[in-house]
Amino acid sequence: MITNKKPRSSDTDSNYMRDDRTEMSEDDDRSPPSDSIANGSCPTRTCTPGSGSGSGSGSSSIPEYSAPYPDRVLENVLENVLWFLTSRKDRNAASLVCRSWYRVEAMTRSDLFIGNCYAVSPERATSRFTRVRSVTLKGKPRFADFNLMPPNWGAHFAPWVSATAKAYPWLEKIHLKRMSVTDDDLALLAESFSGFKELVLVCCDGFGTSGLAAVASKCRQLKVLDLIESEVSDDEVDWIMCFPDTETCLESLIFDCVECLVDFDALERLVVRSPSLKKLRLNRFVSIGQLYRLMVRAPQLTHLGTGSFSPSEDVAQGELELDYVSAFAACKSLVCLSGFREIVPDCLPAIYPVCANLTSLNFSYANISAEQLKPIISNCHKLQTFWVLDSICDEGLQAVATTCKELRELRVFPFDPREDIEGPVSEVGLQAISEGCRKLQSILYFCQRMTNAAVIAMSKNCPDLVVFRLCIMGRQRPDHVTGEPMDEGFGAIVMNCKKLTRLAVSGLLTDTAFAYIGKYGKIVRTLSVAFAGDSDMGLKYVLEGCPRLQKLEIRDSPFGDTALLSGLHHYYNMRFLWMSACRLSHQGCQQIAQALPHLVVEVIKHEDTVHMDDYADTLYMYRSLAGRRHDVPKFVSIL
Amino acid sequence: MVYERDLNLEATELRLGLPGTVTEQSEKQKPNSNATKSNKRSLPDMNGESEVRRENSSVSSNDKKSHGQETAPPIKTQVVGWPPIRSYRKNSLQAKKLEAEAAGLFVKVSMDGAPYLRKIDLKVYKGYPELLEVLEEMFKFKVGEYSEREGYNGSEHVPTYEDKDGDWMLVGDVPWEMFINSCKRLRIMKESEARGLGCAV
Repeated sequence: MITNKKPRSSDTDSNYMRDDRTEMSEDDDRSPPSDSIANGSCPTRTCTPGSGSGSGSGSSSIPEYSAPYPDRVLENVLENVLWFLTSRKDRNAASLVCRSWYRVEAMTRSDLFIGNCYAVSPERATSRFTRVRSVTLKGKPRFADFNLMPPNWGAHFAPWVSATAKAYPWLEKIHLKRMSVTDDDLALLAESFSGFKELVLVCCDGFGTSGLAAVASKCRQLKVLDLIESEVSDDEVDWIMCFPDTETCLESLIFDCVECLVDFDALERLVVRSPSLKKLRLNRFVSIGQLYRLMVRAPQLTHLGTGSFSPSEDVAQGELELDYVSAFAACKSLVCLSGFREIVPDCLPAIYPVCANLTSLNFSYANISAEQLKPIISNCHKLQTFWVLDSICDEGLQAVATTCKELRELRVFPFDPREDIEGPVSEVGLQAISEGCRKLQSILYFCQRMTNAAVIAMSKNCPDLVVFRLCIMGRQRPDHVTGEPMDEGFGAIVMNCKKLTRLAVSGLLTDTAFAYIGKYGKIVRTLSVAFAGDSDMGLKYVLEGCPRLQKLEIRDSPFGDTALLSGLHHYYNMRFLWMSACRLSHQGCQQIAQALPHLVVEVIKHEDTVHMDDYADTLYMYRSLAGRRHDVPKFVSIL
Repeated sequence: MVYERDLNLEATELRLGLPGTVTEQSEKQKPNSNATKSNKRSLPDMNGESEVRRENSSVSSNDKKSHGQETAPPIKTQVVGWPPIRSYRKNSLQAKKLEAEAAGLFVKVSMDGAPYLRKIDLKVYKGYPELLEVLEEMFKFKVGEYSEREGYNGSEHVPTYEDKDGDWMLVGDVPWEMFINSCKRLRIMKESEARGLGCAV
């Protein structure tokens, strides 16, 4: 039975909520083929036109339905039904049925997701979708995180904030990833949306504490202010002090990446007057003694980022004597713990009381040993997400494998990210994890040495793997036991892990590895390649074999124009292709641009790379309805 | 050493490494030499010993290469954006590494009967065995086996330390991390004087 109740906006949140939201990976981001919305707003298939001609079935043998405005009734019904449609994929499909469905879908879409901010212009998006309450925008491609993109490339939030300010004054949520955001943008945001509730900035830059101050002071309904791995400049404005003095609606305040001091007393008062606060992630300028005071004020927290987790320099003595164990014990709802930015290992036992309930633990800034980890991890039976530094060594990973049977996501980061050192984790740790954590779905593993055998073992032991990212830090390192390329290992992953959609490869890889990926990786959507392959065939296998491929990022691999051209049939189905330091020529890129008019083909020039005469340093291309963008910097040429 | 820096002899020095790989080493050495601000060294060559040790323990691929050049693989030039770690994370951990290497935890060590004191960096050592070995070398003595119950039974000398509260404690009683965070100075006592220390109660 259809009830007339419209879904509350919080229902649609579930699509975007992940445990700690640092990975805004999409459930499905396939847009309809650009044909359908390329020319204005007419879908290629339309209903039998005609107002008043009854039902749109088009068959004249059916007697006319005699009601006053049949199309309106249909539209009303449709509108009510479509409100319940939350998945982007379903909505995109519905919009293609006929013109009427297209219109109603556009009216009822409340969550606007734009996977590439240059794929469509703000004007176009806001004129199609008129009742949007939440906007998600992604900007730069992922390789920009690793300094492979010169600064000031683009992805400016400014045109979007001004367009949405006009079109959606009732806007409640903005989620941005890898966008350039200025203080002025934030000020405009704060001014324009009176009911604004949720701001999430992931890997963004260009703004500072003065922008945050504007949001804090003007957005009185603010529930969520999450700053995740973003670069925030210190404008010497204490933004925490800018929250209004009254009780706030704050449910989530995440600022662990903000590299400036906040006034602690102001923060404490803020926590006291935020009774709905559930998620609090402090930056490293908060000492453990200060953390204690906050925890005591907010035992209802479910997610806690502990800040430095070490005593401040001047008050050390007093701080060491506080009863941290009780403070943690009082937080009965705590399920997600992170921070530990400057951990003093002696303080670690304080978290024992919460270990048994933890589903997510982030130790990726804590330089702790296996011995220090063991007493903690041995209690974490419910753990599903674990991020850690390789300082725990293979031995630490074995301890994880022994206890954490519910583990779904593991990330092992390197403490010392250099290439030619020994490295504390290896195939031994990977093998142990594969044997102990059978429910594993996502892994990111940095190491110095690996074997095919261990990767093959994981492919068999962990059939639920959706994300497999292995980074052997030494470039082109073979299997360190057999001396062979890592082809067989990655081949086994694509072959055996039937749910795999994201893959990152490394180590010594020949074209064979890519042949495997092309043959078995039928649902792979994201592929990341570096220093791999022998010839054009490698890339060809992938472009010809992976029909679901959406995001392909390649660096320093010997793929040239022939390989690039072999993907012409597929590029409109992709979000983007990135190729840097490969063997592409300007002519090759030009050919693509000419063949595919709805593809924006950017060639980015790097100052410092010594490039061969005609080679294109970096190719970044993406489908777009907006054509070439207007904010192109000097070092980018659009073909 | 100071003179060398001014003349910038390093720039003209012939090495086997590729250009650009030297910077890491000289950067690492700078914090070390800053840390040894107290130029109270009376005997430079003896302190030279601890300097070498510091160089050996600082995890620098270049250091390893210059000490064992015959077996080391060719030094790779640094590549932009590899390994793929976000700069935020890199900077956080880099700061930690440099802090750990630069800060040092220098404490004075005295031995009953010896005419002068020494200074050592506690951060350099991984645990008690290493520390004791170094002290034995430095002052030419031997400690007996440590046991929780009986301390250093059967040795002429006993290592002790003054903690943050001003109390004299037996080296080895508390976990290493706690020790290096609370130790203010070390004193190697004669066994006869040390009675009464050791495990409390």
